[in-house]
Amino acid sequence: MAEKKLMKGNEALAEGAIRAGCRFFAGYPITPQNEVPEYMSWRLPQVGGAFVQAESEVSAINMVYGAGATGVRCMTSSSSPGISLKQEGISYAAGADLPIFIGNVMRGGPGLGNIAGAQGDYWQATRGGGHGDYRTFVMAPNCVTELGNFPHKCFEVSFKYRIPSMVLADGILGQMMEPVEFKHPEIDPKTLTEPAWALGKCEGRNKRIVKSYDLKEGGVEIMVNERVQRYKQIEQNEVVYEEQMIEDADIVLVAYGISSRVCVAAMKQAREKGLKVGLLRPITLWPFPKARLIELSKRVKNFLVVEMSLGQMVEDVALAINGRANVHLHAKPGASVITADEVCKTMDKILKKEAKEYAAVK
Amino acid sequence: MYQGIRISGFGGQGVISAGVLLAQAGMMEGKEVSFFPAYGAEMRGGTANCSVVVATDQVSTPIVTAPDTAIVLNEPSLAKFEPMVKPGGLLIINTSLVNSKPTRKDIKILNVPCNEIAAELGNAKIMNMVAMGAFAAATGAVTVDAIAKALPKVYKKLKPEVIELNVKALKRGAEFKVN
Repeated sequence: MAEKKLMKGNEALAEGAIRAGCRFFAGYPITPQNEVPEYMSWRLPQVGGAFVQAESEVSAINMVYGAGATGVRCMTSSSSPGISLKQEGISYAAGADLPIFIGNVMRGGPGLGNIAGAQGDYWQATRGGGHGDYRTFVMAPNCVTELGNFPHKCFEVSFKYRIPSMVLADGILGQMMEPVEFKHPEIDPKTLTEPAWALGKCEGRNKRIVKSYDLKEGGVEIMVNERVQRYKQIEQNEVVYEEQMIEDADIVLVAYGISSRVCVAAMKQAREKGLKVGLLRPITLWPFPKARLIELSKRVKNFLVVEMSLGQMVEDVALAINGRANVHLHAKPGASVITADEVCKTMDKILKKEAKEYAAVK
Repeated sequence: MYQGIRISGFGGQGVISAGVLLAQAGMMEGKEVSFFPAYGAEMRGGTANCSVVVATDQVSTPIVTAPDTAIVLNEPSLAKFEPMVKPGGLLIINTSLVNSKPTRKDIKILNVPCNEIAAELGNAKIMNMVAMGAFAAATGAVTVDAIAKALPKVYKKLKPEVIELNVKALKRGAEFKVN
């Protein structure tokens, strides 16, 4: 095992992308993700890559669109308001089936919000955010090691299914330092095969076109339906989640990212008091672990969704459970931190039947 | 074992680097660690602070809201962090720059004149290491030895003689005892 290294989450995300073969980065500064471009600016030239500090978020995403169209592994990153600015470009990349990689280190919102860690971009990340019928593959790390390792999976899925992918982190994960272990062997992009659609010199081959539009009648419908087939495969093959102490649980906590770590502490506290609490942590937010929730809801009576937003993921949980169990919500918007004690209090209320459900058993 | 630490002082006193150093030392001793800086809208000359956790179990949140130990290196930090310390916890005060006295009776107080000792050793910059030495000796969360070993890992460009000076500061700090 390689020696563990103390790293900032943002740096681990950047290094992880490079190890996964990323050789182009364009971005524009914003707290709390500034260490990503800062790291890329000196590290990418070392591996023969290119770093561009663009003049805006809009140009950064479109530079990445251009790089993605040539088939290279490329990335942009930002934090919430900056990701909003990139949405048009992300929609175009989805429409052109480009495997670009995006990092969002969330901060408080809406608007300029604040610069602390938050989870208010769940809907934006999982519902498309930009215009039109499309999906992005979204992974939510909960530690610095995962920030360093998830770019590998994101690029893999992106290139396999031709879909933009995103790591959805938050300011706490981005700013904190923890021991990190890079688990995947480093990818040398020279060893990767050029995708059959990639643009470049077309000497000796037919010309290729990358575009997100088709003005023929019914053309876009055909494009979207073809893409939906790939989305279905992703939903079937690429769901990732983690479970803890779920077997005998009376209450299942559902949380992602930094909130899931608080839930682990809450779960341990509750177990010490004899409460049977388990945890389901969605790691891919899209595709969402819907099937697993359906299965669990046949046995578990109460689910408690814990998120640092007003209640966004809770909608996906309620949709999956569809009235087979009670769904409760512990929500904290505005980039305030959730504590294990608070979660325990909410669980007590649920067990004493004093809590109002978010969605009750039908 | 769980030790949640808050370090606070003026920007430039080495608050952030001392925090990284503690995390590095804890990691090298095989413990679970995290470091989290208070980043953001801080003024030049204003107060900087960070959270460090050194524990045997996985760290749930890196933001320490009720520290086992608070290390305050300047006057404004005392007012901000004294009330946060856990009952029975430890407050390390840099008496060189903190004139006010703590008011709580339910916590342990460790007074260390960090700047004076650093001046005696001939380098004002190592005042943060005096505080870290006092912390290591008082809590045992990390050892002075581990911090010394972590120094060249965190400060890769430091000359051996400067590292040696930092180690001296750690050891001087470790001589202070809780009143």
